[in-house]
Amino acid sequence: MALRETPMQAESVETIYEKSKPGRRAATLPDAEVPEAPLDELIPPELLRDEPPRLPEVAEPEIVRHYNRLSRRNFDLDSGFYPLGSCTMKHNPRLNERVAALPGHARLHPAQDPKRAQGALELMWLLQRSLAEICGLPHVSLQPSAGSHGELAGLLLTRAYHADRGEERSKVLAPDTSHGTNPASVTMGGYEAVKVATDERGGVDIDDLRAKVDEDVACLMLTNPNTLGLFDENIAEIAALIHAAGGTLYYDGANLNAIMGHSRPGDMGFDIVHVNLHKSFSQPHGGGGPGAGPIAVSERIEPYLPRPQVVRREGDNGHGPFYDLDLERPKSIGRLRGFQGNFGVFVRSYAYILSLGADGLAEASETAVLNANYLKARLAEGRAGERLPVAFDRHCMHEFVLSGRPMKRELGLATLDLAKRLLDFGFHPPTVYFPLLVEEALMIEPTETETKESLDAFADAIERILTEAEDDPGVAKNAPYTTPVRRLDEVKATRKPVLRQRLE
Amino acid sequence: MSRYTSATPADRAEMLAAIGVDSVADLFEQIPAPLRLSEPLALEDGLGEAEVYERLAALAARNADAEEEVCFVGAGMYDHYVPAIVDAIAQRSEFLTPYTPYQPEISQGGLQVMFEFQTAMSELTGLPVSNAGLYEGPSSVAAAGYLAMGATKRRRFVVSRGLHPHSRETLATYSVGYGAETVEVGLRDGETDGEALAAAVDAETAAVFLQSPNFLGAIERVEELGAAAKEHGALLVVACDPMTLGVLKPPGEQGADIALGEGQPLGNRLDFGGPSFGFFCAIEEQIRRMPGRIAGETDDVDGRRGFVLALQTREQHIRREKATHNICTAQALNALAAMIHLAWLGREGYRELGELLVRRTAYARERLAATPGVELLHEAPVARELAIRLGAPVEAVLAKVAAEHGIAAGYPLGREYAEYEDGLLVAITERRTRAQIDELAEALSVAIAAERQGVTA
Repeated sequence: MALRETPMQAESVETIYEKSKPGRRAATLPDAEVPEAPLDELIPPELLRDEPPRLPEVAEPEIVRHYNRLSRRNFDLDSGFYPLGSCTMKHNPRLNERVAALPGHARLHPAQDPKRAQGALELMWLLQRSLAEICGLPHVSLQPSAGSHGELAGLLLTRAYHADRGEERSKVLAPDTSHGTNPASVTMGGYEAVKVATDERGGVDIDDLRAKVDEDVACLMLTNPNTLGLFDENIAEIAALIHAAGGTLYYDGANLNAIMGHSRPGDMGFDIVHVNLHKSFSQPHGGGGPGAGPIAVSERIEPYLPRPQVVRREGDNGHGPFYDLDLERPKSIGRLRGFQGNFGVFVRSYAYILSLGADGLAEASETAVLNANYLKARLAEGRAGERLPVAFDRHCMHEFVLSGRPMKRELGLATLDLAKRLLDFGFHPPTVYFPLLVEEALMIEPTETETKESLDAFADAIERILTEAEDDPGVAKNAPYTTPVRRLDEVKATRKPVLRQRLE
Repeated sequence: MSRYTSATPADRAEMLAAIGVDSVADLFEQIPAPLRLSEPLALEDGLGEAEVYERLAALAARNADAEEEVCFVGAGMYDHYVPAIVDAIAQRSEFLTPYTPYQPEISQGGLQVMFEFQTAMSELTGLPVSNAGLYEGPSSVAAAGYLAMGATKRRRFVVSRGLHPHSRETLATYSVGYGAETVEVGLRDGETDGEALAAAVDAETAAVFLQSPNFLGAIERVEELGAAAKEHGALLVVACDPMTLGVLKPPGEQGADIALGEGQPLGNRLDFGGPSFGFFCAIEEQIRRMPGRIAGETDDVDGRRGFVLALQTREQHIRREKATHNICTAQALNALAAMIHLAWLGREGYRELGELLVRRTAYARERLAATPGVELLHEAPVARELAIRLGAPVEAVLAKVAAEHGIAAGYPLGREYAEYEDGLLVAITERRTRAQIDELAEALSVAIAAERQGVTA
């Protein structure tokens, strides 16, 4: 392939520090208005800094230009299809940004007296009730800052629950298809992670589970639908097995977008569920945060929820209800973070739930499942069908997993090569090499907010890449060509890490 | 069809035909029938955009925010001015809507911001390595505990009572999980009791946790206090306020192994407590035990400069149960806001802002100390927040000052410290003018006098 450098590739990459010149600045600060005493009369000199940190010295126009230029070196959801499996890259409504920015939300101090923050506390309470209904569990804590934080909360809740019954258990089970956060959280929670196998239908291998369930199992962590995009049909039996052994059942809510308004984790027997507000409930991903990971729990877990908990106290003498932060929770596991949680995310997600309502949420899940199955059908045709077979051939929920094994064997093309070539076609690639049990995995989640046209275009691009590879696999192996930079040396970045700008 | 989906009846028919089913309901048949909801969720039906806006605006109107009240409340989050360019840049789709930069070729903007941010945090704290951000301050403290256990193979933390109460509690919560115990060391005249600290640290201690300025606003003598940690081979973890480091000696120059803190003061809104970010910096030896994302510089195949996620073998998606932490987020958008704010302040502006805070805080302290009914809670040096005692019940005085003067006078220390039931923590930002400080002093004096009179009458 003839290489011609694109204008963006030809740009020289400079950091904001390299644009710095002594004497330039953007900020104008107010006058002190108070006596200009020498600093070392106010603070002992040995506690003062000798030299200010070497922050960049740049005027405002150049700051704006610098970060605008950087922004153009990102691909984003507003620019194109982003079928990243397990990440639920659905549209981020701008209404949510507008309401989150209202000063009553954005400039509200977290330590404000609850009497003077009734609107915020009511909003949190309303979101708690909405999530409880969606999850089918009676109680919700909004505190966890992310899905992984919710997982850790769930394990600490599990520990507190068992300890309260005078039990100490040491193992937590999770399927081999689970997200990496599951076992990582298990270790942080002080438990031993034990893997459960997957059966030939893509669900939990019941025999393996039965063999591993005993009195030492504290919890089973499950995603349902799982990371293969398949609903585990044996969930009732699985729940019964765990409950009979005295364990708790934890639901990793990363895939909740498949079942909103159609099925509820609480009804399946789960005790603890985390909800990724940045997945199913449209909080923008921000290039890697912020999100939030509220948890919904059953009655038996409720006493241990983190504090503070937002509560509604019914008013008397004709007064309306009062919303409060309940700190008196004697069995609580305690705080998981500062203040009340990622309130700005709660505002956005509550606005989203109001916008969609019961009917809209159910329709969103329906369309997510329709889109995934349609794209799966499109990719079962032609070359994709031969080279990229679906890992488990049944209807999927909101996502599905293909295996690049034949493509690799027959064309010499790794999943990574296909992913990189997709970049040249203007698509974000699917999640690759996950779940681990599928060789050369491609995990595809289109979400409900994509049009049929964009699904078709994606399928067409895969077909073209496979066709082109039959002629010359080198094209994909050396891709991408059109991105701001081409393939990067990740090994070097880890062997000889350069993690900050060197400054003179 | 809802507002954010676009499958028309014709699209649906075509798609169902391609799938080979008659209806979407067929696809949901993999959910066992007893688990399929037969009724709609008990939520309202969807509302139009204008209606949703009005609902949320009505809720927002029932909060007393810093736009309508003069806010002297701090206690970890502060009402700083956020420059307009922060909103303009952070709201760009290209920063707002991507996922974590797993595909570096199309994520150079975000990755370079992380790299610039790491450089800034490293400069601020005086430590060589920074990650790209954690959830927020207190959970970063807990992450340091997890790191310290791994690094020292010890399970005991010695914690100053001057560490933010939320940080102490979060560390304790996490410690139950990873099996560590925490020992608290008290304060004396506002500062961590050095003798008690030295006595508490032993050969089983994994880390010593300090905060400077501490929760009462006092600047700690970190180097002196940290000597006990050094002597016993424990890590020294220092929580700090990023708005004070233009003036105060950075933790890295005082022997800290880890410096971390709440990032909200840098470019982030109050947002009733979040989202914000935590920063986390360390000495070189701890680089492979760091939690969270870290961006690193490298080259592409043609030799162009580029950035990637570095040292990913620490992380959950690779290492699973052996990961250094379970975290996935880097609070990237919040860290971007911080980076833009710091670039806007610049080297000189950042120092000037620190000096401004110190001078106004000194003025406020003097003014409040001279106010009838008010005493200083301690006389240790302060930078941007100070602690006073009120000669009347604190919550009653606060309510009066808020109702009659529209001033949120501070954070009542009695909420977290039984020994300071009469204590009030007053925070200063560049938004708090001399006139507002004078008005606060007046308002407090009037409210205290009225409360006292009410009691005697």
